[in-house]
Amino acid sequence: MFLTKNLRPGGRNGVASHESRDPIGYAMAALNRLAGSDLLDRVGLRKHAEQTVFTVTRGGFRTATTAGRVFARAGRGGQSGVRAAVAPSRGVFDLTPTDDEQMLVDVVTELATEVLRPAATDADTACAAPDEVLSAATAIGLPLLGVPESLGGISEERAVMAGALVAEALARGDLGLAVATLAPGAVATAIATWGTDEQQRTYLPAFTGDDVPAAALALTEPRPLFDALRPATTATRSDDGLVLDGVKSLVPRGADAELFVVGARLDDANVLVLVESGADGLTVEADPAMGVRAASLTTLTLAGVQVPASAILGTTDGTSYAECVRLSRLAWCALAVGVGQAVLDYVTPYVKEREAFGEPIAHRQSVAFMVADIAIELQAMRLLTWKAASRAAAGKDFAREVALARKLCSDSGMRIGLDGVQLLGGHGFVKEHPVERWYRDLRAVSVMEGGVLV
Amino acid sequence: MISLDDPTKLRQVRDQAHQVAMNMLRPISRRYDRAEHAYPKELDLLAAMIDGLSESGASSGAGASGVKRDASRDDGPAEGGVRNGTNLASVMSIAEMCWGDVGLLLSLPRQGLGNSAIASVGDPDQQERFGRMWASMAITEPDTGSDTANIRTTALLDGDEYVLNGEKIYVTSGERSDAVVVWATLDRSLGRAAIKSFVVPKGTPGMTVERLEHKLGIRASDTAAIRFVDCRVPAENLLGSPDIDTSQGFAGAMATFDNTRPLVAAMAVGCAKAALDLTRDLLEQAGVTVDYDRPALVQSAAAAKLLQMEADWEGARLLMLEAAWMADNRKANAMEASMAKAKAGRVASDITLSCVELCGSVGYSEGELLEKWARDSKILDIFEGTQQIQQLIIARRVLGLSSAELK
Repeated sequence: MFLTKNLRPGGRNGVASHESRDPIGYAMAALNRLAGSDLLDRVGLRKHAEQTVFTVTRGGFRTATTAGRVFARAGRGGQSGVRAAVAPSRGVFDLTPTDDEQMLVDVVTELATEVLRPAATDADTACAAPDEVLSAATAIGLPLLGVPESLGGISEERAVMAGALVAEALARGDLGLAVATLAPGAVATAIATWGTDEQQRTYLPAFTGDDVPAAALALTEPRPLFDALRPATTATRSDDGLVLDGVKSLVPRGADAELFVVGARLDDANVLVLVESGADGLTVEADPAMGVRAASLTTLTLAGVQVPASAILGTTDGTSYAECVRLSRLAWCALAVGVGQAVLDYVTPYVKEREAFGEPIAHRQSVAFMVADIAIELQAMRLLTWKAASRAAAGKDFAREVALARKLCSDSGMRIGLDGVQLLGGHGFVKEHPVERWYRDLRAVSVMEGGVLV
Repeated sequence: MISLDDPTKLRQVRDQAHQVAMNMLRPISRRYDRAEHAYPKELDLLAAMIDGLSESGASSGAGASGVKRDASRDDGPAEGGVRNGTNLASVMSIAEMCWGDVGLLLSLPRQGLGNSAIASVGDPDQQERFGRMWASMAITEPDTGSDTANIRTTALLDGDEYVLNGEKIYVTSGERSDAVVVWATLDRSLGRAAIKSFVVPKGTPGMTVERLEHKLGIRASDTAAIRFVDCRVPAENLLGSPDIDTSQGFAGAMATFDNTRPLVAAMAVGCAKAALDLTRDLLEQAGVTVDYDRPALVQSAAAAKLLQMEADWEGARLLMLEAAWMADNRKANAMEASMAKAKAGRVASDITLSCVELCGSVGYSEGELLEKWARDSKILDIFEGTQQIQQLIIARRVLGLSSAELK
C-alpha cells in the first residue's frame, strides 16, 4: 500500500485534493518517478545528462533564524516613546510635493535608475539583493525615513507622504529590490510610530548607526482568503510574558533579519510583537514566490516563542495593529504605482520602434489605446495613493482612502502588468525584457500584507 | 504640500450646490424625465438665484461658465503659490448638481456649453455683449461627429456679415437658449484652421429649429436639430480671431474642449455618485455593508462590487480635480482633462448599470431613480468627445505621435 499511498495525486503539485488516478495514471506517475530518479543515470540509461540548477535559496529546508546581535536594553518601559508631529493640512488642494520631498524623490530616483534597475535581473534570479544595493540604500538613509530627528532619524514630521513618494520612486527601478531595501525601515518606522521609550532606546540606535540590521514586518500568513485582521498566529500570556505560535509567510529577508515585528492575536485583539531573531522556537525557511524575488522572501515559523510582555509594540486593543496594516497597504500601493510607471516608461518607446505591417505598432489604435488606458489608470492609482498618504500624514482617518487605493492598485496594477507583457508580444514573455518580471511583481500588491511600511 | 481633500474654502460652494440639487432638482427629476421636451419652469427661479449668488461673489462657478484660463480672471488669491479657483469650484459644484440631475443641469438657463465657449475664446467686447445670454453649442452635423475638423457648415464673409449655411444636430438647449454658438468653416479647402465659431442670436432669419430628439436619457434637456439657410450674422459675432492661422491649426476651437471636458467628467462623477449613494443605502438596509479594512474577497460579492465601484469613482473624481487644479494654476491640462473625462465616462456607466443590477427590480423600476441614472450616464461617455476620442488624445500625448501618425 506504500506505493499507492505515495502516489495519491491530491494535495501536491497543484492538484486539488479530490483528484483520483485511474490505473493508467498510476503507471504514468510511477514512470515519471523513475525518470526523475538517479537510477537511470547510475545504470547509464539516460541519453543526455540533465543538469538541474537550483538556486541556493530554493530549499525547503528549515533553519534556525540568524543568531543576530544583542540589543542592549535601555529606556523606560511602559512610557510612551517619542512621536513625530503630524504635518498639519493647509486645507488647499495641491499636488506639489514639498521641496524636501522633491529632493528626496530626486535622490531616490537616481538610486533606482543607477543602482536598482541594473541589478534587478540578477537579483530576481538569485533571490537576493546584492550588498552594494543594500548599502547604497542605507547610505542615503532609507531605513531612517520614518524615524524622527530626535531619535536619530531624518524626519521632522510624520513622513508618510515622503515614504509613499520614496516607495514609488524606488519601485520604478525594481520592486523586489525596493522591498529588500525598505524592509528594515518598516521595522524602524513601526518602532518610531508605536514604540515605548524602552523599545525606541533599545532598538532604534542599531538602525541609526552604520551597521543597519536586516529586519522584517511579518503580517501575512499562508492560507487562502487570508484576512490580515484575523491572524491565526497567537500570543498567549504566560508567567514570563508571552508565548507566540504561528506561521508568517512572504517575510522579506527573513533569513538575515535580526529583528521581527510579528502580528498576532492576543485576548481577542490583534497586536504587534517585537521578536529578536535569536529567540528559541523561531525558524525560517526560504520561500521564493512568483515575484518580489530579490527580497529573499521567507516563511517564519513561531513554535512556543517566549517574549517578555514588554515586547508588545503599540496598543493591545488592535488599533496599532490596524493602523500598521493600513500603512503597510499604503506602501504597497505606492510600490504598485512605481512599477506601473516603469511599465509605461518601457512600453512607450517600444511600441513606437517595433514595426509590423510596415509601420510602428503604436500607429494602431488597439495598441495605442492600451497605452492610453495604462496612463489613465496609473494616474488614478497615483492620486488615490497620494490622497490616502496625505491624509495619514495630516493625522486624519484614512481607512477608507487606503482601501480604495489598494483596490484600484490591485486591479488596475495587475491589468498594467498584463498589458505590459501583451504589448511586447512574445518578446514580453522572455527574460530579455523586464516586463515579465513586472507582471510577476504586480500580482503581489493584492496578496502582500506587511513587509513594507510608510 | 500634497493634499487631495476638497479645499476648505470651496466646501461651502460644494455643499450649497448639494442642497440645491437635493431640494430643487431631485423633486422634479422624474417629472421632466417623463415629460420630455416640456420646459422645466422651476429652473428660471434657480437660474436667477445662481445669477444672484455669482453677482454677490458667494458662489464661484456654480454653472458651466467659469472656465477661462487668463490672468485677468479672478481665480482667488494664491495660497503658498497654489490656486484653488473657479475651475475647481466649477467641477465640484457641477458634480453636486448632477448628483441631483444631469438633464436639469444641462437645461439651466445661462449655464450652457455655449457660455463656456464665449468665456473661453470670446474677447472682452464679446463677453460684454453675449455674457448675459444663454448660449448653446452647435458642433455636430448629420455626417460629422467625432471628426469635427470635417464639418460642412459654411460661413462666407459678405460685406460686414457672415452668411451661414448648413445643418447642426444634437444642440443641447438649442430651442430654449437665447443664442447658439455655431461651428462653421470659412473655407473647407483650408481644413481645421478655417473652422471658427459664431454667435447666432435666437430669431435670426434663416435659422430654424427643425425638431427635438427623443432620447435614451437626459430627457429633461432638449436636444435640437437646427438648420441654417443664408443666415446672416454681424462679423463681430465671430468668436476669437477671424484669421486663418494654419500653424495654429485647430487649437483655438479645441481650447474650449480642454475647458469643458473636466466639466463633463464632473457630470459623470455626480451622476455615478447618486447611484452609488442610493445603492449603498439600499444594500445597507438589506444587511450588506463594506468593511474597508478587510479584503474584498472575504466580504459578500455585493460588498466587493461596492468597494470596486467606489475605488473607480474616487479615481475619476481625483482625475477631475487634478485637471481643474491644473487649469486654476495655469498648467496645460489637455491630457489630464481627457483622462478625467475618459475615466469618469466609463466609470459612470459601470456604476450606474451595476447599481441597477445590484438593486434588482427596485433598480430597474421607475419607482426609483436608479434606472434613470443608468440611462442618463450613457451620454457622458459620448458628448464633448467620446471615450475613444479621449483615448486617442491621451495616446497621442503619451506616445508623442501626431494625428497623421496615430489616426
